[in-house]
Amino acid sequence: MSDSQLDLTQIRARLANQEGPDYWRSLDQLADTEEFQVFLQREFPRQAAPMEAGLERRDFLKLLGASMALAGLSACARPPLAHEKIVPYVKQPDQITPGKPLFFATAVTYGGYAEGVLAESHQGRPTKLEGNPDHPASLGATAAVTQAQVLSLYDPDRSQAYANGGTASTWEDASAALAGALAALPNGEGFALLTENVTSPTLASQIEEFLGKYPAARWYQYDPLHPDNAVAGARLAFGTDATAVHDLSKAAVVVALDADFMNSGPARLADARAFADARRIRRSTDTMNRLYQFETSPSNSASLADHRVALKPSDVAALAAALAAALGVQAPNATRPAAVSNELFDALVADLKANQGTSVVIAGEDQPPVVHALAHAMNQALGNVGKTVNYLQPAAARPAVHRDELTALVAGMNDGTVKALVVFDANPVYTAPASLDFASALAKVPFTARLGLYPDETAAAVDWTIPQAHFLETWSDARAFDGTVTIQQPLILPFYNGKSAHEVMAALNGNATAAGYDIVRNYWKANVTGSFDDFWRESVYRGTVAGSRAAAANVTAGAVTAALPTAAPIELKLVLDASLLDGRFANNGWLQELPKAFSNLTWDNAALVGPATAEELKLETGDMVKLSSNGRDLEAPVWVQPGHAPGAVTLALGYGRTHAGKVGSGVGVNGYLLLDHTVSGAAAATVTKTGAQYELASTQMHHSLEGTGERRYIVRSGTLAEFKEAPEHPHFVHPVAHHEADLYPNYEYKGYKWGMVIDQTVCTGCNACVVACQSENNIPIVGKAQVSKGREMHWIRVDNYYSGSIDAPEFFHQPMPCQQCEKAPCEPVCPVGATVHDSEGLNVMVYNRCVGTRYCSNNCPYKVRRFNWLQYAELATDATEMSLANNPDVSVRSRGVMEKCTYCTQRIATARIDASNEDRKIRDGEVVTACQAACPTQAIVFGDLNDTGSRVAGVKASPLNYWMLEELQTFPRTTYLAKVKNPNPALLNSEGRG
Amino acid sequence: MPQYFPPNSNAFVTWAVWGGGVFAVLMMIALPFYARTTNNNVGVPVAQPIDYPHNLHVVQVGLDCRYCHTTVETSSTASVPPTETCMGCHSQLRVGTPQTQAVVDSWNNGTPISWNRVHELPDFVYFNHSVHVNNGVGCSSCHGRVDEMAQIWKNEPMTMGWCLECHRNPETALRPVSEVFNMDYQPLAEPKAQLALGATLVETYHIDTDKLIQCSTCHR
Repeated sequence: MSDSQLDLTQIRARLANQEGPDYWRSLDQLADTEEFQVFLQREFPRQAAPMEAGLERRDFLKLLGASMALAGLSACARPPLAHEKIVPYVKQPDQITPGKPLFFATAVTYGGYAEGVLAESHQGRPTKLEGNPDHPASLGATAAVTQAQVLSLYDPDRSQAYANGGTASTWEDASAALAGALAALPNGEGFALLTENVTSPTLASQIEEFLGKYPAARWYQYDPLHPDNAVAGARLAFGTDATAVHDLSKAAVVVALDADFMNSGPARLADARAFADARRIRRSTDTMNRLYQFETSPSNSASLADHRVALKPSDVAALAAALAAALGVQAPNATRPAAVSNELFDALVADLKANQGTSVVIAGEDQPPVVHALAHAMNQALGNVGKTVNYLQPAAARPAVHRDELTALVAGMNDGTVKALVVFDANPVYTAPASLDFASALAKVPFTARLGLYPDETAAAVDWTIPQAHFLETWSDARAFDGTVTIQQPLILPFYNGKSAHEVMAALNGNATAAGYDIVRNYWKANVTGSFDDFWRESVYRGTVAGSRAAAANVTAGAVTAALPTAAPIELKLVLDASLLDGRFANNGWLQELPKAFSNLTWDNAALVGPATAEELKLETGDMVKLSSNGRDLEAPVWVQPGHAPGAVTLALGYGRTHAGKVGSGVGVNGYLLLDHTVSGAAAATVTKTGAQYELASTQMHHSLEGTGERRYIVRSGTLAEFKEAPEHPHFVHPVAHHEADLYPNYEYKGYKWGMVIDQTVCTGCNACVVACQSENNIPIVGKAQVSKGREMHWIRVDNYYSGSIDAPEFFHQPMPCQQCEKAPCEPVCPVGATVHDSEGLNVMVYNRCVGTRYCSNNCPYKVRRFNWLQYAELATDATEMSLANNPDVSVRSRGVMEKCTYCTQRIATARIDASNEDRKIRDGEVVTACQAACPTQAIVFGDLNDTGSRVAGVKASPLNYWMLEELQTFPRTTYLAKVKNPNPALLNSEGRG
Repeated sequence: MPQYFPPNSNAFVTWAVWGGGVFAVLMMIALPFYARTTNNNVGVPVAQPIDYPHNLHVVQVGLDCRYCHTTVETSSTASVPPTETCMGCHSQLRVGTPQTQAVVDSWNNGTPISWNRVHELPDFVYFNHSVHVNNGVGCSSCHGRVDEMAQIWKNEPMTMGWCLECHRNPETALRPVSEVFNMDYQPLAEPKAQLALGATLVETYHIDTDKLIQCSTCHR
């Protein structure tokens, strides 16, 4: 990655002299490095050694000869004589129709907060998660992480056995040991529970019962996913607990202070949808909202920002204070950061003042509590409360600042007051800040037990390990960000006799045989008036408990007098990883291989630095550096990230695990080793080059569409003002006139005419579509080495483009599925006719005909075809539990077969068959592709173009509609809407353009 | 200089080259014959763990196909009935024979009966029963006279070529939906009449004949 010197000054100069927008994907492209050239010329770069290292010529020839002899006539076999078996039920459950899936409502939780899902189950086997349209935290969408959860269910590395130290055990012994430990401590003195954030009403009542029985026992919470700073900030501002719930549909101006509100936090999906709805534009007469983003490292929400300034964390806080003061809020003294110009600041203040009641200020979780308090105060001053911001009672059972709780627990463990510790789900040996040294404190506790999903770092350090049931195996309940309760139902029995938190808690309360189903039902029976059966059926069916949204909290923000964080020359931001979160998904291959937004890194984390910092410290991508903070060191590879603030380093947590499983152990570097429990925001750090190099696998340069030097208007973007200038034919959508001369005759599509539009104005690059497609279509993962060669298998990829200077670029995301060209270049060149066109417009890939010539992929200008270079998918003969996650409606492809996006042809086929059986046509909205369903902002629209009333036909009629590489006359069915931004008219030059 | 090669070397080389060529051609003809799908086990009765006679149950007992194969009109698979369906009668009728005892054992032990699949398609073929049954393809068209089979055999080869015979010309094989489960139904004797009837049915049932011969219809 760093063979050639990237001369950043030269690149800056070149970009500054650029006339008109130029879109670039990577610094390597700008510098035109050798490596970029290699990936540009060859889709799959030939490596120097055709085989893995260590194979000599003689051995190669031997293998060649042997495989020839064996290959011989093996394909020419008669049909096998052994018959496949059909195994029906003994007693078939009423609802099950073999061959048709059922959908059950449940919820997935992050930091305890629920996001409703509908789990698709094929004869009792869950295979896919979709969003629950009735759930306020989902609205039908899912995050990328949620799509990958179904793989975790079938992870063979899950905790499979009860253990006592090193020896195998049973639930009976474990629960007896728990009872014994409890009995030995009168009143529970010295007994401690450590849970993650509890929103479950049932679990909360069980813990309450426990503490009632054992008043001297203590309950601590530690959850790395918990928004600690938000809780502390609310307490600082209001003196009490309250949750800020935003209504972004009413906000014309949004100011985000280091807040990736559309991609992180309990309300991310709801906020993303509301923001996108207010931003979506089809005609120049539509209104658009405006987003100002001030952040350190590029975030998905910033992709939609109209104005963005990269600031180090302390500067974001200073800006918040300065902004608050300008709005009339009593705030700590602060100098406005130099990176925010007078012009921008004044325009921002004016914009906010002009939008009182229709604006909102959001503070991000990475900012310390004082910034949250300032945001609350600003919203109050602007009259936003009750309009764009509502304060509700917290959904958590016992709101707390988890950092403080963990500190208190560790103190108790160290001084001997904690004599027994039961850990529910949390993995503190890995995720606790290094400054607390949880591991040595844990060693001092006489009795320890842990209920966990994986045999991880904490499980290795405790006395009793109890395998936990996955959320798809569990009866439970949970609250969403706004308090709405979901009763979670399991889809399958626990594989490994795992227990849920309810069952372990019941054992602590004296009943070791209680089942989760009964526990949850009993709680609700005691808390529901009227017919319980009606309540239960309706709530479990719908996935929400009616009327359970939290009550309003009557709070007023006072003056903010807390101190702002002190600046440091280099500030270290330790953030939750976008895919692995706090590390709990480290063993999930789909998430490890998911290219991160902006850096497109896979299978690794890296210390992100901005180009300015890289120049100053003479760093290049791939250099190993030593990060030192508060007396602790960590070596990490560097990634130079355009748009990252100077004077700061960002490192994602969740990597460098030791006990994650076969997939995740040893991948990346462990940021928790630098985490300090006394720091609520960013810590001061130093960065020193070690001189070593590290190979990072990024997909950034893969599948380039740039071509041979011709300017190809791949990304098209303009402002709302430009759109209004030419409402029917905006210049930025059609920058160059193309001469149309078509070789192929036209075909009239009389039946269904499938088409798709992707709206770039609202795409945040969150990658939910990528994992949804992987889950739906049985797409394999290939591992880091193969990703380096460009062989990742994702059928839809999100290409990231930048525009402008490398220090303050604009961001563009472009999801690229197969474009389903009407005049597809890949079709005529297949020698065996494995890729053909059907009468509905789909470019069909017939796996059984494909012999692996790869001519089709060669001819595809969009580079959307994926080839199975090796046996990536599991063969039936050596399948593991992971194959159970496969969708039975989609073929599993073998080695040597080409594959690509099919517009979810299996879903189209199902709808067509259902419609034919009922003798009707397919209705608009009946076919929803996996990517379309998952998208939080509904950027992808799919449907029948011949249905004039369909949504997709309406969207394609927008003047913003264009298709990629139109000069190639491929007539793709997948088109894009140009990205429209809404910068402040008072800032007409590219001042701080987001 | 002595002659290294004996006089017959010329002849040997000529024979070898021509013989090799003829051998290659013969192999190219013979091997595909060896490897071709023959009749694909058509007509070969398949032994089952329980010797369930369709003819007895359909003709003498009078069961409709759908009594057991319940999901044929709604799902891709016709589905084999659960033990519970058999127990509906055999908890009381003909109790004690080896066959019915096996059914009762399955019910009592909770172990399902492991039937041998007769009509097997490769994994990359997605066949849907419901769309055929709802559009005028009778059970007997593909499965033959099941009501006369004591042990089920494959009546048709189930090769792609055989499927395409009908998919290319559905008029030759369609029947009114009301006759789909009628085992005795025969296509009209007069070919022109059958084609006319078939064409009418294609119209009435809105069958997209274009779609029938496209790859994406069956391969996903």
